[in-house]
Amino acid sequence: MTVTRTATGTHATAQRLGAASYLACFSGIVWREVLRFLHQRERFLAALVRPLVWLFIFAAGFRQVLGVSIIPPYETYVLYEVFVTPGLVAMVLLFNAMQTSLSMVHDRETGTMRTLLVSPFPRSFLLVSKLMGGVAVALLQAYAFLAVAYFWEIEPPPLGYLTVLPALVLSGLMLGALALFMSSVIRQLENFAGVMNFVIFPMFFASSALYPLWRIKEASPLLYEICRINPFTYAVELIRFALYAQVEPVSLSVVLGFTAAFLAAAIFAYNPSKGLLARRGEPGGGGR
Amino acid sequence: MLSVPKGPTEQTDALLVRGVSHRFGAMLALDDVSLAVPRGGLVVLLGPNGAGKSTLFALITRLYDNVTGEIRILGHDVRRQPAAALQQLGVVFQSRSLDADLTVLQNLAYHAALHGIGRGPARRKALDALAKVGMDDRVGAKVRTLSGGQARRVEIARALLHDPACLLLDEATVGLDVASREAALAIVRGLVKERGVGVLWATHLVDEVADGDHVVLLHEGRVRFSGPVPDLLELAHAQTLRDAYMRVTVHASAEAL
Repeated sequence: MTVTRTATGTHATAQRLGAASYLACFSGIVWREVLRFLHQRERFLAALVRPLVWLFIFAAGFRQVLGVSIIPPYETYVLYEVFVTPGLVAMVLLFNAMQTSLSMVHDRETGTMRTLLVSPFPRSFLLVSKLMGGVAVALLQAYAFLAVAYFWEIEPPPLGYLTVLPALVLSGLMLGALALFMSSVIRQLENFAGVMNFVIFPMFFASSALYPLWRIKEASPLLYEICRINPFTYAVELIRFALYAQVEPVSLSVVLGFTAAFLAAAIFAYNPSKGLLARRGEPGGGGR
Repeated sequence: MLSVPKGPTEQTDALLVRGVSHRFGAMLALDDVSLAVPRGGLVVLLGPNGAGKSTLFALITRLYDNVTGEIRILGHDVRRQPAAALQQLGVVFQSRSLDADLTVLQNLAYHAALHGIGRGPARRKALDALAKVGMDDRVGAKVRTLSGGQARRVEIARALLHDPACLLLDEATVGLDVASREAALAIVRGLVKERGVGVLWATHLVDEVADGDHVVLLHEGRVRFSGPVPDLLELAHAQTLRDAYMRVTVHASAEAL
């Protein structure tokens, strides 16, 4: 950094933002997200309890009702709890992404968002960093859930805990990018209940998270088709196979494609010259 | 006509706004606005609620781009050279923008990261900036435990952390008691003298304006007056700034009708 001395004081003049600066910015944004999460113990508890309730109560009850045949990646019959675990991990990512979206709408309303957007770094970089911060928090939640689930006889191969990491990151990015885009569309915090009803629940239930797709096809061909166009289905399958150290190429391609599309939409929405915020006169303190 | 807008000329002003208009749909929020803030100078952007101050701030901070005119911070065009321009800009927003769950130091460290400053230097700069606003004894305090005045001082420290040449304050004293308002004003005026920072202070409170200040009077999206306070008093045939302000804004509104 070069410094200019003026008659009355000193200022830093234009500084090239090098790799070290980008790294400092990225780690600062991610660290803040993690720190905020760790400070909010209730949020951590809720994030852990939600999938565990599904695992301990819902899945245990369904064990006797719903049989799961041998379908890849499973090599033998598995308990329903084992089948449903990848779906619940994906649910953790989904809820965390929507929580991030909620906090961004809140940040926009309170003005905190402005401190992020006034940074000299490119806005796309800031948004991706923010997204990665959300993914880092989601990873903490997902691994905490898998750790508890292990004691409930959900025991994927040890290597699976490592190979599932990139699948979690990618799926977290896809859902986070969707949430980021939605945060630009949602005008007020009060509208968030609608997001729960129209996004989270349909995405979760109309997917392969709770039932195998062949079962859904037998029950309702229409619902089957809906599940097939739901990106969440592919996130669940990507995680399911990765947890058993396998790659499911179709799911990988679909999740990659949707991540790129949602991210492009979010970056467009927050673009200072083209985006939705500019047309509305937001974010934060949107008065004249 | 009472308006005497003086066009800015210096390319190296801390802030230069020239010929900026902005629309939200059919509504014209800013109409050909020009102003300049010299380095080491304070300009008061005075205007009632809805005058267009926040829109102007949103454009200067590149929350969205200006379509017409130009905005330069220390000579850098905000739209074409946003990185160079925003590095020179510190902002205190109208609404509270500190993270209440984090400590004072964590908030400043986050801001430093947003300007690419690593952890070591960030801590040093944060302590230095907090000392300047008299908040260095609350470094580890959670922001939610601070009073409104203390939080404002932390926000001023945060805006100074990366040594900007230009500081924007948008209604920075709203919600503060008299003592806190005066303290915040004194800190900012001190910065202008001691550090040579160019300050644009947006307010609708005429009692925050000192006799020697340069005033830009914004009303209904247009600059109605730009110049020193005595010139405004003379032009408006008023004894006090409050009268002059009322006459200019009422006159402009009547003219619009």
